[in-house]
Amino acid sequence: MLETTALPRKATLSPPLDTRYQVETPEGIDLPLRPAGLMVRALAFAIDLGLRGLILGLLFIVLAFLGKLGAGLGSILLFGVSWWYMVLFEVLNQGRSPGKHWMGLRVVQDDGTPIGWSASLLRNLLRFVDLLPFGYFLGAISCLQHPNFKRLGDLAAGTLVIYREQPLSRPLVPDAEPRRPAFPLTLTEQRAILGFAERQGELSDARVTELATILAQPLKVPAPRAVAELNGIARGLLGPA
Amino acid sequence: MKQSLFENRHKAEWAQFSLLLDRLERNKDTSRVASFPKDYRRLCQQLALARERGYSSFLIDSLQQQVLRGHQQLYRHRSRLGANALGFILADFPRLVREQWRFVLAASLMFFGSLIGIALLVYLFPDLVYNLIPAEQVSDMQSMYDPDAGHLGRSAERAASEDWVMFGFYIMHNIGIAFQTFASGLLFGVGSAFFLFFNGLTIGAVAGHLTQIGYGQTFWSFVIGHGAFELSAIALAGAAGLQLGWALIAPGRLPRGEALRIAARKSVLLICGVMLFLLIAAFIEAYWSSMTGPTPLTKYLVGAALWMLVLSYLLFAGRIRHAPE
Repeated sequence: MLETTALPRKATLSPPLDTRYQVETPEGIDLPLRPAGLMVRALAFAIDLGLRGLILGLLFIVLAFLGKLGAGLGSILLFGVSWWYMVLFEVLNQGRSPGKHWMGLRVVQDDGTPIGWSASLLRNLLRFVDLLPFGYFLGAISCLQHPNFKRLGDLAAGTLVIYREQPLSRPLVPDAEPRRPAFPLTLTEQRAILGFAERQGELSDARVTELATILAQPLKVPAPRAVAELNGIARGLLGPA
Repeated sequence: MKQSLFENRHKAEWAQFSLLLDRLERNKDTSRVASFPKDYRRLCQQLALARERGYSSFLIDSLQQQVLRGHQQLYRHRSRLGANALGFILADFPRLVREQWRFVLAASLMFFGSLIGIALLVYLFPDLVYNLIPAEQVSDMQSMYDPDAGHLGRSAERAASEDWVMFGFYIMHNIGIAFQTFASGLLFGVGSAFFLFFNGLTIGAVAGHLTQIGYGQTFWSFVIGHGAFELSAIALAGAAGLQLGWALIAPGRLPRGEALRIAARKSVLLICGVMLFLLIAAFIEAYWSSMTGPTPLTKYLVGAALWMLVLSYLLFAGRIRHAPE
């Protein structure tokens, strides 16, 4: 969160510490996407696999009553469900099959735009190679060694499985008397202090005190007053409510 | 400018943009969106300002989410396939096949070469068939095409509902094979070559064997019709797979990943054409090839006409530009 803010103009971005993937839009904005790793994708696939089994099982029970016609329909359905289930969900449901939906994932193109028919068809046809020689062996290897966790189908289709953005709720910034810091802050320091104030609700009191105490000396305040001082600076930065 | 002032000044704007995004994402009532690109670019500018001024993470993250959603709406890829399916069938697909003639030629040589070669060999040396296909399957094939049994194809004189069963079966089976042949091309083309040879050898051995034991009439009159679409579709699927593999082997001036992505984008269009071919083939196989009414001569004539149709379609369609494009 911090390293993208306080860069001199025209400096290239330093690579992020975590696995985020930066998409640069034509407007010159860098949008961070968070690629999903092997484990969560495997779970999503397992859910999809189970669901497909369930659908086919139910359909076959119904079709068994239809006799010959049912057998013909059954093989078309088997074909449809085994090859088209993923494609239809990904294209028509904003890149989410039911498994991905439950795991909070979605598929997008490399440039962050929604996935289309040809890319989705491609990445799901090439699943056949990812399955080789058994149990997603090649897919898992490719996924583990790639910086953005792409399996072979993703590499060829130019797609990316990312975590969906969850809606944010406004954090409560603790009340304090607005204060001016003892010395000018850099942008990084400013973001850090604002972050401290915004995330205070998620931390225990002891941890909040511990973190604030580190800054007591540079802020030239006694240790017990450090939390209030930091919140005051944050309030000062945010401005009147 | 303090953050709270900035937020207050633009709050209404952001709420309205978010409503607009909701409408666009649900594809509902997209009439009043003329201002969307302008609003989106303004939002981008506001995000850049917020970052530059070091505003808090909550504000920057929520602006980022909005920009990402806007980006996805503004820059979404328009599918070329859905928009002009007719243009694709009439011109783009055969053009693409001719453009990729090297891969099509290589795949056809592998598939039809092995098919014809092994058929001749089995015809000349009948015992060879047992080296390629298990004995039970050979006898199954024999009983299927036995001219004395008076029926054709995979089952006895079939009712209409049975044709339907086989239609479903052919779709599943054949398109499945085509997909495998294509996808395994990602393994440097080896997989596609394997499936081309494997299918060529199996089909060729069966053809040679049945002809040699004198069941040629029933067999050839059955397969010639749908074979035009089915066999050329398998060869084209193989060509698409070889194209993938070749992009990895010889990427030219591009990085391998980039070359693969470009080749894949073209080859998936080939696969769409292949699916179309196989649907037609399944239809012919289930409803025409299995008919016992027409004489073998009629079937040969229709079959030859279908082969000519496929060849001239792939060779000549789309050479002149027409209105629908």
